[in-house]
Amino acid sequence: MFNFGRADRSALADWWWTVDRALLAAILCLAVFGIVFSMAASPPVAAKLGLDEFHFVKRQAVFVVAGLGLMVAVSLASPRLMRRIALAVFVVGLAAMVLALFQGAEIKGARRWLDIGSFSLQPSEFVKPAFVLLAAWMFAEGKRRPEIPGVAMATGMLALVATLLLLQPDVGQTLLLALVWGALLFMAGMSWRWVGGLAGLGAAGFVTAYLTVPHVTERVDRFLDPASGDTYQVDTALEAVTRGSWFGRGPGEGTIKRVLPDSHTDFVFAVTAEEFGIIVCLALLAVFAFIVLRVLYRSFREHDIFIRFAASGLVVMFGLQAVINMGVNLALLPAKGMTLPLISAGGSSTLSICYALGMVVGLTRRRVGAEAMIGGGLLESGNRWHA
Amino acid sequence: MAERGLSHSTSCWRQHALLLEGTGKRERERDRSRVVLAMGMFLLCFAVLAARLIVLAVAPAPAESVGYSARQALSASRPDILDRNGEILATDIKTPSLYAEPRKLIDVDEAIDGLMSVMPDLDGEKLRHEFATDRGFVFVRREITPAQQAAVHRLGIPGLGFVEENRRVYPAGNEASHVLGHVNVDQEGGAGIEKYLDDEGLKVLRESGLSAEGAQRPVALTIDLRVQHALRAELAAAMERYEAKAAAGVILDARTGEVAAMVSLPDFDPNTPAEALDPERLNRVTGGVYELGSTFKAFTAAMALDEGSATLSDSYDATKPIRISSFTIDDYHAKRRWLTVPEIFIYSSNIGAARMALDVGKVRHRAFLTRLGLLDAPGGELPEKAKPLVPANWSEVTTITASFGHGISSTPLAAASAAAALVNGGYLLPATFLPRSRAEARDLARPVLRATTSRDMRYLMRLNVTNGTATKADAEGYRVGGKTGTAEKIVNGRYAKNRLLTSFLGAFPMDDPQYVVLVMLDEPQGSAETHGYATAGWNSVPVTGNIIRRVAPMLGIQPRLDEPGKGKSGVTLASY
Repeated sequence: MFNFGRADRSALADWWWTVDRALLAAILCLAVFGIVFSMAASPPVAAKLGLDEFHFVKRQAVFVVAGLGLMVAVSLASPRLMRRIALAVFVVGLAAMVLALFQGAEIKGARRWLDIGSFSLQPSEFVKPAFVLLAAWMFAEGKRRPEIPGVAMATGMLALVATLLLLQPDVGQTLLLALVWGALLFMAGMSWRWVGGLAGLGAAGFVTAYLTVPHVTERVDRFLDPASGDTYQVDTALEAVTRGSWFGRGPGEGTIKRVLPDSHTDFVFAVTAEEFGIIVCLALLAVFAFIVLRVLYRSFREHDIFIRFAASGLVVMFGLQAVINMGVNLALLPAKGMTLPLISAGGSSTLSICYALGMVVGLTRRRVGAEAMIGGGLLESGNRWHA
Repeated sequence: MAERGLSHSTSCWRQHALLLEGTGKRERERDRSRVVLAMGMFLLCFAVLAARLIVLAVAPAPAESVGYSARQALSASRPDILDRNGEILATDIKTPSLYAEPRKLIDVDEAIDGLMSVMPDLDGEKLRHEFATDRGFVFVRREITPAQQAAVHRLGIPGLGFVEENRRVYPAGNEASHVLGHVNVDQEGGAGIEKYLDDEGLKVLRESGLSAEGAQRPVALTIDLRVQHALRAELAAAMERYEAKAAAGVILDARTGEVAAMVSLPDFDPNTPAEALDPERLNRVTGGVYELGSTFKAFTAAMALDEGSATLSDSYDATKPIRISSFTIDDYHAKRRWLTVPEIFIYSSNIGAARMALDVGKVRHRAFLTRLGLLDAPGGELPEKAKPLVPANWSEVTTITASFGHGISSTPLAAASAAAALVNGGYLLPATFLPRSRAEARDLARPVLRATTSRDMRYLMRLNVTNGTATKADAEGYRVGGKTGTAEKIVNGRYAKNRLLTSFLGAFPMDDPQYVVLVMLDEPQGSAETHGYATAGWNSVPVTGNIIRRVAPMLGIQPRLDEPGKGKSGVTLASY
């Protein structure tokens, strides 16, 4: 497929020789997993909605292919171009979010969708990665040039996005973005005193949400004390996992997927466990862990702080989403609508994840001198974009 | 693209590089260590998730089950209810109940079509609504027949199943409906003895640790199913013959207070408890209050004799009507002369009864009726108990009207219990549906009358059957005695001449009374057979005679056909 000579200097050849191919392989692996698992999880949902049995499978395949194309395209861009694209996506996305608040169809009690033809778009999904990249840029600029209030600007952006998200309302995504923002702040070298203060603030915010938003109260109460209410979804998910045991009941043999609402999105992990077994789940977990740790490791080696912040921020978002989703499926966290990246069905989320991963792949491309020699004296070297 | 980016970035970077010189090596090292920390945290998270997965994999797989709610739905078992001879009046049988597990239903429409073909009266829309949910358990229909179970089974629809439930069955149907009451679909008593068992009996059983299935001892009642059937059959026949709206009757053991039979018509089939909700089907014996009319003159006479204000040989002036405030008290068939106490009783003179009561005085009158339990709710275990209607201020007028059974309304059961005290030597016993031995009755008995009063009352009541208004009650050999009553019912606040409530309160055999019988007919109609009369002597009285003729042999009463001192007057005295 990629039949480029080392001497080939075309953009694609250049990309192929500089890209982190192990990371790419892991992402491809996830994409294939996603399609296979959606074959198991989505037919009953499609049948329930009166659609063709493989409606969601086909859709997912289309989105995954489109997403992978998007990913490669994004990864071809230079960091500078990525910032410009992110800025454009961010601005357009915010506008679309505002529009969705007024025009969007209300689905499951939230206004976060915009209908575009037959496809309903969730603008907040695209705003998320764009926000992370821009925030990373702000932090980096703030560090490089003390006269630029990078942290304040990133915080302002967070406030803006969080406000729009909470208006939908979408507490889960707000939490996710706040966590990513916190992680960026943390990795930007904030003093421990600040970290502690922010953690306290976060805890206070959570308690406030618990006390004031009934829906949050309910979810948390049920998690803490399962006897207090209907824990049907989580119980059923857990039952699915236990029934699957090590080797699963076999593809198509699961029954819980017929029962579990959102079996093809939020609870795809449990359905996978029932049909394909816990060993496959562990493998899936390993792929996620590999992607997150590999990118973080690459960031650790990275010498340019913008690239380090951006890549690690994006992968932290990706990783948190996966961890939260799997945690909910395994009843380790309170029920929270969070998709499993690339595995859960859903157009907007798949494309958004691919966009984010595209940036990660692009940012982690090998560049001469990009990697710092840890413990060595040579920290700065020229010509970073030389291939 | 990359080419272009190259030049831009290079210039960018040069700027940055200059600025970065300000940041020290140490700071960069610290920033890197933060990334390492983030990696550590993620590693921890993934490790926890992996550990959780492994724990779940090792955990035993849950058994394929219906869901515990199905098992819980099994309703409690109840004790059998038996009559005094051990005949089963109520028992539990196991019946299948059909449930669905909507989350396991593959094709809801197919399931509903199939179910409707077996049970066309199911509510398809409701089922569709319930099956569309993700619930694990929905009852489709409780207590189906084995044939229906087989038919549903043959449909072969996954997600439908059966649980065995206890179902209450009353083999005697309507016979003892008001005594037994009924249970709801969850086997909870809703009325009658069933409710009593829930309120008292089962609670006691549970406290004594006997609630376990199979450990529930049957509950025997005082009801004799044969007597109950005879009473019900006679009352039903009378209701039809006299075109009455309702009929009620009770047979009470005069010595123990045990209820041998109790019927209130129209009744219901406890196997289909919904019928019991019809207000026309209330238990009139314990749950209804009525102005019992002249029947009350028995209590008036007993009072005058017991208080010592009169003896059997005393006379009262019945020459003219009594006028008090706006009322005029007159006799139906006025004799217009002085009447002796027995004459007042057998002619059922209102004037005479009023004069007897006025002689005693309103305070003692009220006290006497209270002593006899006529101003209180009746005894017995049934939860359906009505309180009598008594005027708040007991005036002279109240005493006059109450002397012949108007102005106060009592339950028939309370009247029967009081009547038992009139004839059994003067002991008031609370009525009961649970067996009571003679010894227990003796301990419970409350003396309310002198023995001599009781003796005199036996004489008067017997005289009324041999020579008075109740000759048609005389079942040969069983020495019946009693007092008739024909009350005009109040319609729109006035007494209606053509709406009568007739009753007969009797006992037998009068030489040693063992049973009290009360019969009451609501709005009986006159006919050619009764020469147009609708008064008690023409309906309640002969019905009571028929009843006693049938039940006395069952109750072990010896007939005495050589009865001494029976005067055959051959004259039917006007009733009232």
